Amino acid sequence: MAHEAVIGLECHIQLATRSKMFCECPAEFGASPNSNVCPVCLGLPGALPVVNRAAIDAALQLGLVLGCTIREASVFARKNYFYPDMPKNYQITQYDRPLCEGGALPVRLCETARSFPLIRIHVEEDTGKSFHPERTGDRPVSRVDFNRAGVPLLELVTEPAFRQPEECGAFLAGLRRLARWLKISDGDMEKGHLRCDANVSLRPPGSASLGTKTEIKNLNSIKGVEKGLTAEIARQAAVLDAGGRIEQATLLYDADHDKLAVMRSKEYAHDYRYFPEPDLPQLTVDAAWVEEVRGRLPEPPWTREDRYVDHLGLPAYDAAILCETRERSDYFEAVVGAGTDAKRASNWVMTEVLRHVNARGLSEREAALRLPAKSLAVLIGATESGRITSASAKEVLEEVFEKGGDPEAVIAARGLVARSSPEELLPLVREVLAENPGPVAQFRGGKQATLGFLVGQVMKKSGGRAAPQVVQELLRAELGALR
Amino acid sequence: MSANRWWGRPATTLAACVARGELSAEQAVESGWEAASTWEGDVHAVAHADATVRARAARTAPPGPLRGVPVIVKDNLCTAGDYPTTCGSRILAGYRAPYDATVIRRLRAAGAVLTAKGNMDEFAMGSSTEFSCYGPTRNPYDLTRVPGGSSGGPAAAVAYGLAPLGLGSDTGGSVRQPAAFCGVFGLKPTYGRLSRYGLVAFGSSLDQVGLFARHAGDVALLYSLLAGPDLRDATTRASPPPDVSAWDRGVKGLSFGWPENLWREGVEPEVVAALEEAAACLERAGARRVAFDFLPGTYAVATYYLVATAEASSNLARFDGVRYGPRAPSTDVWSLYVRSRSQGFGPEVKRRILLGTYALSAGYYDAFYLKAQRARTRIRREYQAAFGRCDFMLLPVAPTLAFRLGEKTTDPLAMYLSDIFTIGANLAGIPGLAVPLGLAGSGLPRAVQLVGPEDSEPTLLRAGRALEVRGEVARLGREHETEFPWPMKR
Repeated sequence: MAHEAVIGLECHIQLATRSKMFCECPAEFGASPNSNVCPVCLGLPGALPVVNRAAIDAALQLGLVLGCTIREASVFARKNYFYPDMPKNYQITQYDRPLCEGGALPVRLCETARSFPLIRIHVEEDTGKSFHPERTGDRPVSRVDFNRAGVPLLELVTEPAFRQPEECGAFLAGLRRLARWLKISDGDMEKGHLRCDANVSLRPPGSASLGTKTEIKNLNSIKGVEKGLTAEIARQAAVLDAGGRIEQATLLYDADHDKLAVMRSKEYAHDYRYFPEPDLPQLTVDAAWVEEVRGRLPEPPWTREDRYVDHLGLPAYDAAILCETRERSDYFEAVVGAGTDAKRASNWVMTEVLRHVNARGLSEREAALRLPAKSLAVLIGATESGRITSASAKEVLEEVFEKGGDPEAVIAARGLVARSSPEELLPLVREVLAENPGPVAQFRGGKQATLGFLVGQVMKKSGGRAAPQVVQELLRAELGALR
Repeated sequence: MSANRWWGRPATTLAACVARGELSAEQAVESGWEAASTWEGDVHAVAHADATVRARAARTAPPGPLRGVPVIVKDNLCTAGDYPTTCGSRILAGYRAPYDATVIRRLRAAGAVLTAKGNMDEFAMGSSTEFSCYGPTRNPYDLTRVPGGSSGGPAAAVAYGLAPLGLGSDTGGSVRQPAAFCGVFGLKPTYGRLSRYGLVAFGSSLDQVGLFARHAGDVALLYSLLAGPDLRDATTRASPPPDVSAWDRGVKGLSFGWPENLWREGVEPEVVAALEEAAACLERAGARRVAFDFLPGTYAVATYYLVATAEASSNLARFDGVRYGPRAPSTDVWSLYVRSRSQGFGPEVKRRILLGTYALSAGYYDAFYLKAQRARTRIRREYQAAFGRCDFMLLPVAPTLAFRLGEKTTDPLAMYLSDIFTIGANLAGIPGLAVPLGLAGSGLPRAVQLVGPEDSEPTLLRAGRALEVRGEVARLGREHETEFPWPMKR
C-alpha cells in the first residue's frame, strides 16, 4: 500500500551570545564543568531571571529574515517538569504568545526553489547536561554539568510541510547556513548548536486528514534526520500494511546503530503546566527596535544566489557554492568589486581559493586574510593580461597561502613576469624543434594537435614563464620557415 | 525608660547615638540581646543567630544612616557569609546562600547589622508562625497566642526589643498581620518597589519584602534606604520610588475611605473599636472620612489561593535534593525526588503545592488559574475605583486579635480566611500599612490597616504617624516619640 509521509520539524538553535539568556554567565562551550554558573542559572533559592537583549536581537534577525510577524508584546512562560539537569525544574520558554510567528525558509532542492512555511520561532533557555551512568564502587552515579544551563536557544517550529526525509535534510542545511550567515549561532550540529526533533505520520496519498504521529528526538545531524525519518516511515508503513495502528509515542533515534527506541508512550506524556513567568514582565519589542534590526540585516543567501544568476549571469551551481557561507560570497563580491569578471572570479574562488582552504584546513576568514580579495583580483588581472602565466599564478597562490605576502611582491621576487620577447624565446623554440623531430613531422603531416605538445615543451624549458601566445606564434612561424 | 535601655530606642535615635559616639555599634547590637535574655527563651522569634558573627558585623559596619542599628530579617532572605537561609524548612536544613539579597546588600551598605534571622512559617505559608521546622514563635504580649505569620519571628522580635527594625515578606499579609498581632508597624510596599532578588519566592507576582518598625519615622527611613530599581529583578519599577521624607507632615486635607460594610459581621468588636478610634484620630488631625460600600471581589480569598499556590507549586519545584539541601538516600532519580521532597516539606507546604499543581493542570487551567487571573484584574480595578473617591482606605488587618496557638492549625480554611483583609493589596499590587493602636482590654495589641493606590507610601506613612501620636501630629515635633507599649510578661 502506498503511503504519504507528513513531517514537521522542531529545531533548536543555540545562540552564540556572549552571556546566557537570563544571567551574566559566559555562554561559551567547553569550559570545565560547572565553572560558568551563578545563582540564577543554578536556580538557587531567591535568584531571578533578567532577559538578555542580545538573544532577543538574534531572534529578531532570524524572524525578520524569514519574514515572520514580530509580536510587540510576547510573553515568557514556565514549562514545568522535573529533570536533574534543569536547575529550577521548570524551563523558561515562550508558549501561547511567542516572539515570531509565520514566515518561511526558502531552500533549493535538486535545482528547484522551494519554501517551507514556519509556525513560530520563540526564545528559551537551554538545560544543563547529564552524564551517566558512571559507577563509584557498585553504585551508579550520574553527573550534571550546568555550564549549558541558561544558554539562549531559539526554537523554530515548521508547519507539517515536508513529505520526504531529503526535504528535511535540505531544510536543516538551509537553516544552518542562515544561522551562520546571520552570525547568530555557530550552527555546529555535533556540538549541539543545532538540534532537531521531527513529528511524522503517514496517510494515503492525496488524503487531507492526518494520521497518528510519532515524535523522533535526537536527530542531531543532517544525515541523522534523513536516516531516522526514513527508518520511522518504513516502520509505520510496515505497521499499517500489517493492519496495525500507530501508537502515539516519543522515539529516540540512535544514529550509530540506525535504530529507533521508544522513549515514552502516550500514557506517560508530560503535563507541563505552562503558565506565564511571573518573574519577567512582558517582552516589549517596539517598532523602532524592529526597524533598527531590519536596517542592519544582511542580504539573505537565497537572494544573493538569485542575484548571481540573474544579474551576474553565473550558473546556478556556481551561485549555490559561492553562497554556502557569507564569508565566501562576501569575498567573491569583493573580487568582482575590484573589477574582475564575475564568471572568472567565480572560477578562481571555487577552484583555486577553495582548494587551498580545504587542503590547508583554513577557515574562509583566515584565507581571506592571507589573500585579500583585492590581491586575488590583481592576480587574476595579471593572468588575464598575459603578464604572468596561469602556471605562475598557481605558484603565487601556493606561496601566498603558505607564507603570506603580497602577490605582486612574489611575482617580482620570483621573476614571474611572463617572457614574451621573441629574441628571448626563439632559442628555446628552436631547441624544442630540434629535439622533437617526430612531433614536428606529425604536425607537418597535418596533425594540428601536436602543436599543443610542442608549446608545452617550450613552456617546460622556460620554467612555466614563457607567454604561451607568443610561443605558439613563434612555433608556427618556425615550422613554416622550416618547410 | 531608663537612659541605658538602648534597646528601647527607635532606629533613628540609636543610629544618631552611635554616630555621636555615645555607644559603639557593638553595644547597640548587644543591647537588643539584653531584651532577648528576658524574652527569647519563651517567644522563640529567632531561627539563626551567632554572637561572634554579629559582633564582627557590628565592628565592620560601614558609616551610613543605620550604622550600628540591629535588624532581624526573615529566614527567607538570602544572606551570605553569616547565617543559614532555610525558610523554616527541613528541605533547606543547613543551606547557606552564596549571595546577599538586594535588600540585604542595601541594609548592610547603610551600616545596619544583621542581628538574627527570624522564624517563619515554612516557605512563608501560614498566618501564625506555627508551621516552622524550628517550632512555633509565641506572641510576647501573651505567650499562649500566636504572633501572626508568616513573618512572626521578626514581628515578635521587634515587639519585644531585639531590634528596632525587621524585614519580612508579605505575599498575602505576612508582614501586616504579624505586625498587627505584635503591635508594631508593618509596611507591605507597592509591588516592584523593593527588589525581590534574594527573597526565596513563594508567589512571585504577590511577594514583596515588607518592613517592621516600632515607629512611623523608622519605617520611612528604612523604606527610603531599600526602595528603588534593581537590575537583578525585572519586576522592579524603573522610576525612582516616592519620597517618604514628609512622613510627619500630618493628614490635613487627606480623605480616607470608610468601607464600613466590610466589618458589619465576622469581625471582633475590639477590631471594630480600633477602627472607630483610628477614624476619630484621623478626623481630629484634619482628614476627611468618606463612607462607602466596598466589595473588593467576593472571590478575593479564592483568587488569592489559586494564584499563590499555582506560582508556589512551580517556585518550590527546585527544592529536589539534587543541588542543595538534604538528599534522601535513593537508587534512582525519581525516588530521590519523591523521598527528599516528602521528608523535606511540611504538611502545609505539601498542601499548597498540591493545590497549585492541580490548578495548573491540563484541563483545569482555564477553570482555575485563568479565571483567577481575570478575577485579579477585576479586583485591581475595584481598588482603583475606590481610590477615585479617597486618598487611602481604613481597613482591619485581620478579623481578630492574636488567636491562640493551635486554634487554626487543624482548619486550613479558617486560617486562610484570616487573610481576608490583607490579600487585596497583594492581588492589586498596592501598598498596605499595619498601624499599631495600643492594647485592647485583654492586653493584646490592636491595629488598623491603611491601604492606598500604587506609590501612596508617603500618604500611608503620614496617616500612620498621625495615628501614632493620636492625631496630635500638628502639636508634636518630628522628634516626638510616643512611648511604645512594651509587652509585660505573663
